[in-house]
Amino acid sequence: MDGMGMPPAGASPAMGGRAEAGEQVFLTLTVAGQGCAVPVLLVRDVLGPQAITRIPLAPPEVAGSLNLRGRIVTAVDLRLRLGLAARPPGAVAMSVVVEQGGELYSLLVDEVGEVIPLPAAGFEPNPPTLDPLWREVSRGVHRQEDRLLIALEVERVLAIG
Amino acid sequence: MDDLLADFLTETHEGLTALDSALVRLERTPDDQPTLSEVFRLVHTIKGTCGFLGLSRLEAVAHAAENVLGRYRDGTLPVTAGGITLILSALDRVKEIVAGLEASGSEPAGEDTPLIAALNAAAEGQVETAAAAALPAEAAADPAPEQGGALAAQTIRVSVEVLEDLMTLVSELVLTRNQLLQLARVHQSDAFAVPLQRLSHITSDLQEGVMKTRMQPIGTAWAKLPRLVRDLAHELGKKIDLDMRGAQTELDRQVLELIRDPLTHMVRNSGDHGLETPAERRAAGKPETGRIMLNAYHEGGHIIIEIGDDGRGLPVDRIRAKALANGLATEAELAQMSEREILRFIFAPGFSTAQQVTSVSGRGVGMDVVKTNIEKIGGTVELVSKEGRGATFTIKIPLTLAIVSALIVEAGGERFALPQIGVVELVRVGGAQDGAPRIERIKDAPVLRLRDRLLPLVSLAGLLRLAPPGDAATEGFVAVMQVGGQAFGIILDRVFDTEEIVVKPVAPILRHVTMFSGNTILGDGSVIMILDPNGIGRAAGVGLDAGGAEDRRAAPAAAGLRSDRSTSLLLFRAGEGAPKAVPLGLVARLEDIPAERIEMSGTTPVVQYRGGLMPLVSVAPGWTRPDDAARQAVLVFTENDRAMGLMVEEILDVIEERLVIQPGSGRSGFIGSAVVAGRVTEVIDTAHWLAQAGEDWFRAARPAATGAARPRVLLVEDSAFFRHLVVPGLAAAGYDVAAVENPAIALRLREEGVPFDAVISDIEMPEMDGIAFAEALRAGGPWSAVPLIALSSRTDPADIARGRDAGFTDYVGKYDRDALLQSLRDCLAAPVAA
Repeated sequence: MDGMGMPPAGASPAMGGRAEAGEQVFLTLTVAGQGCAVPVLLVRDVLGPQAITRIPLAPPEVAGSLNLRGRIVTAVDLRLRLGLAARPPGAVAMSVVVEQGGELYSLLVDEVGEVIPLPAAGFEPNPPTLDPLWREVSRGVHRQEDRLLIALEVERVLAIG
Repeated sequence: MDDLLADFLTETHEGLTALDSALVRLERTPDDQPTLSEVFRLVHTIKGTCGFLGLSRLEAVAHAAENVLGRYRDGTLPVTAGGITLILSALDRVKEIVAGLEASGSEPAGEDTPLIAALNAAAEGQVETAAAAALPAEAAADPAPEQGGALAAQTIRVSVEVLEDLMTLVSELVLTRNQLLQLARVHQSDAFAVPLQRLSHITSDLQEGVMKTRMQPIGTAWAKLPRLVRDLAHELGKKIDLDMRGAQTELDRQVLELIRDPLTHMVRNSGDHGLETPAERRAAGKPETGRIMLNAYHEGGHIIIEIGDDGRGLPVDRIRAKALANGLATEAELAQMSEREILRFIFAPGFSTAQQVTSVSGRGVGMDVVKTNIEKIGGTVELVSKEGRGATFTIKIPLTLAIVSALIVEAGGERFALPQIGVVELVRVGGAQDGAPRIERIKDAPVLRLRDRLLPLVSLAGLLRLAPPGDAATEGFVAVMQVGGQAFGIILDRVFDTEEIVVKPVAPILRHVTMFSGNTILGDGSVIMILDPNGIGRAAGVGLDAGGAEDRRAAPAAAGLRSDRSTSLLLFRAGEGAPKAVPLGLVARLEDIPAERIEMSGTTPVVQYRGGLMPLVSVAPGWTRPDDAARQAVLVFTENDRAMGLMVEEILDVIEERLVIQPGSGRSGFIGSAVVAGRVTEVIDTAHWLAQAGEDWFRAARPAATGAARPRVLLVEDSAFFRHLVVPGLAAAGYDVAAVENPAIALRLREEGVPFDAVISDIEMPEMDGIAFAEALRAGGPWSAVPLIALSSRTDPADIARGRDAGFTDYVGKYDRDALLQSLRDCLAAPVAA
């Protein structure tokens, strides 16, 4: 249940704020091979595989809830939220714990990457051909040399039900 | 001492303490404007409050001091040491009076004129002399501060936020304690056992203590009601008395906040809908002034709040009409409903019977919101109304929401917490041992026979879609719930233990799932969802206000208590024509047997049942073996070790009904027909069907008949139905039974010299009743010493005493077959032993 320690270290104000004008710091993550990024300021913790209690009747993208040091965290499976294939059986998920409106949520992802600043100049608006579901939760696409990162709008991601 | 005065004293103590230091500061820096303003404000507050409370001495002193301070503040008088001294002595006087107030509840007598004169003089600028004049008063003031602090020290003000934080911390502590206890259980480490035990106790005490700090008298939620009722009376031209009782009853402030609006709404409703105008009341022979009564008290971990009025009561007919008009129920359904059930329609959304929309109520928003709000905090609301006499709402709410005791249960492989507030009992079903209660099915609906009731069941796993619908386990537990007026059972796979849980709200994205009231963390660190009994009842359709088995049953059951002939009947369908009925007391079990298990023994269908062969008899003629895949509903009758199954097509219901049997059409196997639940129903003659099962069924071991001749028993009973019920039962137990329909015939038998070993008699009979019959027997003659057993549905202690006085040996409830057999055995054994 311990945090992995690594990325939250980056959540210190010095790094988490706009390091330079026009630059924001993100935590990158991978969901079914797709690179995504969430603002590091929202991230409270990154956890390894967790015991998750299923919540009957909850929307399918809600994986359940877990105990983070005495606080109850609602887990949202990003794969299902983004309309991607369910995680193959046996594969473990990482939890990226974010805070939204005073509540803690865990975004279940396949891999957690690194904390990097993304210059505003590198952002492109959502391509009009993007899946409407993705357009809904994406605040823009960031071009990197080898891949494209979808910057997730956490508030929209958690607008379920 | 009343609350207002206590509050004033607390406040004044705080003010005086602040004043002391502020004045000293002022003396050092006479032109410090903020301090001057503060001092002025403090004195002004004291003066204002005591004027309000009618404390004239205090007010006069404070007023004089305020005058001086006012001039200091305005700068029209320079601040001098003499002036400050004078103010301080005025404050000492205030303290002295306050001390007297604390001790006696009223202002002590005393002479303040010199002090006030000195203060007034100071206000005019004549400082020095005035100060001197005031001095003598100070001597008297001296002892006061010694005892003055008593009340101030008893209460302190703490911000609600601090209390909330404390509560949260305690909640976490409780969780951690639970976690530790769980660990200790697993690891069995003795070294920790004792300190852990202590920690556990202290945590519990702390929890209780912190809960107490959050408690507030319910009177605080009522404070605005007198004014509201007064305005209401004025507006509506009514005369209304508001009677509030139990205002001191304390409950958690969170609950208090949530109950405030529903209460206000209900009081308003009582005033508007419930109470009549003075003219109407006069016409109805009631006092002109109507009464609204509020009553609050504790009962078993809950707060009960009653809101009643002595007005016209709820108009049942109008509610019925409105329910029909709104499509909430059909005419046929309404005809079946009890009055109480119809009244509950007022809790349906958008339901108002007020003919006119007033500014007060009648807009069709209301009782449903009230009910929803109360249910949100785990409470229930009930309603009793008598037309012309008034209506009373009874609200039952938990003392606190923060920590509840819950059962940890499992269904569909998941664990859940079930708050104990709604759980009436736990029943283990389908266990290995014989006679354990079993889940039975009426078509697809699972039910449980619980004593004399048929309890509708819901499968938790099915409801939460953790298992395919209808695929509920047959073994496990049933938690019998009472939610509002409804009783229902929740089928669970397992029950672990009870745990104190801290209710935490679920995340906003899960709020729409109404089956859960929150979630929590268990001792083992896992997260668990807390079930909401109200939500489950609603989802299952058993907790609805429009309908419910409990209410339907309640009405006939109540009638049954008064009726001499009420009995529980099992209704079933078999063959052509009307539904059939059999007294439930005779049926041992209901079975649903797969057709493939039915075998033929000669021409008789049999089934292997509990280690033996059970003959099956069909009620409908021309029975053919159903397909292998089908199932056969069977009523099982048992006697000693033998069982017999009566095959029927479908089991319909179990109801309490007053039976009036019309003599039968002569069809064998039926006693006759009766109107049951509004329908003509044929009542079967069990003796006939038992005999069909084969001769040996009656020749089973007969403990009562071993050895000597079979004891001869006379039954005196005017009801053919009961004669048919009792005779086969006794015959099967080995008695030689004769039945007569009235005492006159019985007495004729006595004259003829017919001997009986025991007489069983009904009490309520036309012409000669059981009591007179007993007296006649005991008066002399050959039967004067024969054991005499009363068989009556009236089993009040007074009835029993009356029966014994008349000469009855024993008194048995109608119709408790086992008790009757036991009584017969006892009565017949006694003379032998003597």
